[in-house]
Amino acid sequence: MKVRLRNPDREVEVAGARRVREVLAELDIDPDTVLVIRDKVLLTREERVEDADELEVRPVISGGTAP
Amino acid sequence: MRCRRCREPAVIELRRHHAAFCQPCFERHVRGQVERAIEKHRMFGEEDRVLVAVSGGKDSLALWDVLLDLGYRASGLYLGLGIGEYSDRSGEVCRRFAADRGAELHEVDLAEDYGFDVPTAGKRGSRSTCAVCGLSKRYVFNRAALERGFDVIATGHNLDDEAATLLGNTLRWQTEYIARQAPVLPAKDGMARKVKPLHRLSELETAAYAFLRGIDYVVEECPLVAGNTQLRYKAALNALEATSPGTKASFYLGYLDRGVGLFADADDAELAPCAACGQPTTGRFCAFCRARAQVLGEPLGEPGDGDGAADRQVSRELSEEVLPAELYGDRG
Repeated sequence: MKVRLRNPDREVEVAGARRVREVLAELDIDPDTVLVIRDKVLLTREERVEDADELEVRPVISGGTAP
Repeated sequence: MRCRRCREPAVIELRRHHAAFCQPCFERHVRGQVERAIEKHRMFGEEDRVLVAVSGGKDSLALWDVLLDLGYRASGLYLGLGIGEYSDRSGEVCRRFAADRGAELHEVDLAEDYGFDVPTAGKRGSRSTCAVCGLSKRYVFNRAALERGFDVIATGHNLDDEAATLLGNTLRWQTEYIARQAPVLPAKDGMARKVKPLHRLSELETAAYAFLRGIDYVVEECPLVAGNTQLRYKAALNALEATSPGTKASFYLGYLDRGVGLFADADDAELAPCAACGQPTTGRFCAFCRARAQVLGEPLGEPGDGDGAADRQVSRELSEEVLPAELYGDRG
């Protein structure tokens, strides 16, 4: 499953067929700090995603790029 | 996961509220929080002209959207900072937003109207890029509001911004800054009234609202900043929030309920017109005029005018929190 990360923009490949919160945990991302978007739809952390999906993980924190 | 209100499938979970919402109920929740802030703090009324400081980021455009939706007389003010493609894109999204909604957008361009841009100021001046950027925004917004007949300036500060700022000010016990962290700063001695109607909403909520409303906002951060102190405070609070949802709200909203009165006497600044531009300042020349003169290499006043008091004034003005954190990217 392709995951597009922002600030800076980059793409990573992770396994699907599991819940959003598990994907975020693998990427070491706090679910409260991002929007997870699939096909222009917001996903909650309990939503299941599949290998064929493409996700965008968009940070919500403003204040500069990560130190 | 189901919406708390209507049991339809949820699109967002808010752990602080022990709730999840579908899109219509979430939008209602956001508008309700903004209405509650406006009413509780008597920010402005239906007849007031509101100038929304817009950067092209999620918070300020979400705020403008909510205010228009609620029927307020809200116009936008965009300040061109001259930060290359980042500023070009920021200006574009603000103009498109205004055009799509038939809203009034005012624009000021730092280079055209004041002779310098932020990257140049960062290189030539003694202040950091973010510091002179924030200073310029506060100055321009205040001046524009007064000169163009607005009753109040509204900024997109959200709960995360306010909690992070309060944490920073508390860690250093900067009582005069703590005293000014109310969601309403009344008009005073040439300072326009300033309000923060998003202060009850987290960044997650403002970002989700902007996305769900189809607002095209600038996701990218300013290229001139790579991390700042505010971001570290946010990270610390997010770490606490992860295990104790509601910590940020308890900290900041609790301060408003029970702490703000304790610091009321700490804000005793006397303001007088700047000798160069007439805008309010605690010294002879305001920090903006001093910064601008330095960047342009132009003299300001007579030799010997600069003194320690002026330096303290700059420090004070740079610390005043009147801008959305989405602007921190280009503020620092």
